[in-house]
Amino acid sequence: MELFFSQILDGLSIASVLLLAATGLAIVFGLMGVINLAHGEFMMLGAYVTFVVQNLFKPMGGILFELYFPVALVLSFIVTALVGVLLERTLIRRLYGRPLETLLATWGVSLILIQLVRSVSTAMLLGILLAIALGWIGSRFLKLKFTDKPFLPYISGLYWLLTSLIGIAAANFLSSIRPLASTWFGPRNIDVTAPKWLQGSWGKIGDIGLPGIRIFIILLSAVLLLATLWFLSKSVWGLRMRAVTQNRQMSNCLGIPTDRVDSFTFGLGSGLAGVAGCAITLLGSVGPNLGAAYIVSCFMVIVLGGVGNLTGTVLASLLLGIIQSVIGSGSLLTVFPNLPPAVSGVVEFFATTSMSLVLVFIFIIAFLQFRPNGMFPQKGRSVDA
Amino acid sequence: MKLFRRLLPWILLATALFILPAFLDDFRLNLFGRYFALAITALAIDLIWGYTGLLSLGQGIFFALGGYGVAMNLMLNTKSEAGAKGIPKFFENYGVEQLPFFWQPFWSAPLTLVAIWLVPAIIAGVVGYLIFRNRIKGVYFSIITQAALMVFYHFFNGQQKLINGTNGLKTSTTELFGMLVGSPDMQLWFYRITVLLLPIAFLICRYFTSGRFGDALIAIRDDEQRLRFTGYNPVPFKTIVFIVAGALCGLSGALYTIQSGIVSPQYMTIAMSIEMVIWVAVGGRGTLVGPIIGAVVVNYLRSLVSEALPEMWLFVQGALFIFVVVLMPDGIYGWFSKGGFAKLLAAFGVAPRTATYPQLDLDENVRAEPKSIAHGRD
Repeated sequence: MELFFSQILDGLSIASVLLLAATGLAIVFGLMGVINLAHGEFMMLGAYVTFVVQNLFKPMGGILFELYFPVALVLSFIVTALVGVLLERTLIRRLYGRPLETLLATWGVSLILIQLVRSVSTAMLLGILLAIALGWIGSRFLKLKFTDKPFLPYISGLYWLLTSLIGIAAANFLSSIRPLASTWFGPRNIDVTAPKWLQGSWGKIGDIGLPGIRIFIILLSAVLLLATLWFLSKSVWGLRMRAVTQNRQMSNCLGIPTDRVDSFTFGLGSGLAGVAGCAITLLGSVGPNLGAAYIVSCFMVIVLGGVGNLTGTVLASLLLGIIQSVIGSGSLLTVFPNLPPAVSGVVEFFATTSMSLVLVFIFIIAFLQFRPNGMFPQKGRSVDA
Repeated sequence: MKLFRRLLPWILLATALFILPAFLDDFRLNLFGRYFALAITALAIDLIWGYTGLLSLGQGIFFALGGYGVAMNLMLNTKSEAGAKGIPKFFENYGVEQLPFFWQPFWSAPLTLVAIWLVPAIIAGVVGYLIFRNRIKGVYFSIITQAALMVFYHFFNGQQKLINGTNGLKTSTTELFGMLVGSPDMQLWFYRITVLLLPIAFLICRYFTSGRFGDALIAIRDDEQRLRFTGYNPVPFKTIVFIVAGALCGLSGALYTIQSGIVSPQYMTIAMSIEMVIWVAVGGRGTLVGPIIGAVVVNYLRSLVSEALPEMWLFVQGALFIFVVVLMPDGIYGWFSKGGFAKLLAAFGVAPRTATYPQLDLDENVRAEPKSIAHGRD
């Protein structure tokens, strides 16, 4: 029974991470109809921000080091939110109303982010900055010089290509200088040590210890979820976001700055992903490919829960997380040792992490046969809803 | 010019069949054979995405199933691969005594030739029908197909005892007609078969995209509600086209596997399936020539970049995704056929050939006029 309970706790903490990430994804998807395949990579960014903050705090030692985690939480939210806003302003905005294309473009972004984290070094960063600076100044100049000329877009496109080549060349050249060439993170997994107050047990219920990390993650996501709910239902921006989610054109007519609401929402969603990534670092080592492991589960949460309803998101992620960990660990067999052989054979077959995913996905596809729009579908009068 | 256009497909086919093998070394030729095999997948994706508007992120399932089919047959029929019990050697590592039941049909070559497209087709039919019946579409369709892909990936990845798990099945060391499958002579034959099957796949796709059936597909893509309200049921159309695409992907996977020498669950990763979509996007979706161009160009680029700077490939690929989606939604072929090149020339002052007054298009005042109208409206 203890084992079973601790499996439930495990499941709950995985579910909370999933919940954080999926909430961000659900808000963005509900509002803009945009599927952000780079969402998992935002989680990865959050995890790496935590790693960097930890390394910055390490030399201080003592009490200060113990405090790094709250700082990392806030910073990972801010950094990923900023990256999200930047992405929305530069890319997503151009693809409004083309959800399938957005999906492909954000996949491109995720590839770039993964490789960036793998191979970023000081030399590379300098090269990128040089390329952006040259390109920005040059295209300003070109714009002044050739205003309204029909060939301006082609010329500036060529120019940007040239500057990026210059950037690559510069990065290559700088790589010959030893201290600049070493990668910051490399392709390998990184480890974050949890501060002392998180390690160990946080008291007991009966005979069962409560591992601090897991409880902390569950509490964290509960608090953040409540904060998000409060924000959506009580604040001005939350009101605007709900209005745009329900009817974009009408909101626009009534003077809501929909484009700012879009960037704001995208930033919020990305920020939540960043916090989720920060929380993941407590559960184990993380690597550049972290996102891929979570993104499909996040989508499943949205599909299962239905769009535009956070209750569905919460229920779906709890369900997914717990089912996955209880079945995947095979603890059902230890709890119910007297199952008939046919059933126990089936349970054993699915008792690995990957096979439990198989079972969960099959379950979801079967579920959609009865409720195609998820558990809590958005009600509306359009044909689609 | 007209004659040239009519002869062009034959010229290309002859080039691929006779001229490329003469000029390229074995390694390069093998790569081109793989590109052409992948082009069949691109055609299939174009059929469902470019024409029907269903962005499937799970075509890797069918691709890999085709590959596994052919690999299983080759493994079973190779003496050197057989272990003590007369079943492939890798089974011994996991203590498997008896051949799993689903391996049995693959003893026979004719059954395998059917299975490599029939099995994917059946699975596509079941999955497709279950999805389309519930009017799951758009982004939801993409997500569900991706989830289905993950189901298959985890299944094949985790089941060592059934299908050798992560290691996959190696075909390059197997034998066919007493020759090593990985040998250059064999590979040349596979290259030829691929080059001949590609036009056939093209014709199949053309058959499905022309005529009333093709019109229905385009109607589904452009406005499914309206099609439904005019009394059509889109479900059979979508299911049929998904089945055809699945079968083509299976065929393509089989061809790719015998040329690359291995099939593994790596073919079912999320990344691989999305990459397949980008070949179509780069070449030009909604056309049948585009995907072939896209598959060959992107994969050739991939070989070039990853040979020179392996860590750059993901950057290039990511940039390609963004570039094509934002700036070139019609792809290479669409850009040319919709007059993109003429527009480029015109922008640099080379007048397009028009029947009326070519100079007029270049006149500064005439150009400025639409802009001033646009400003006036603001």
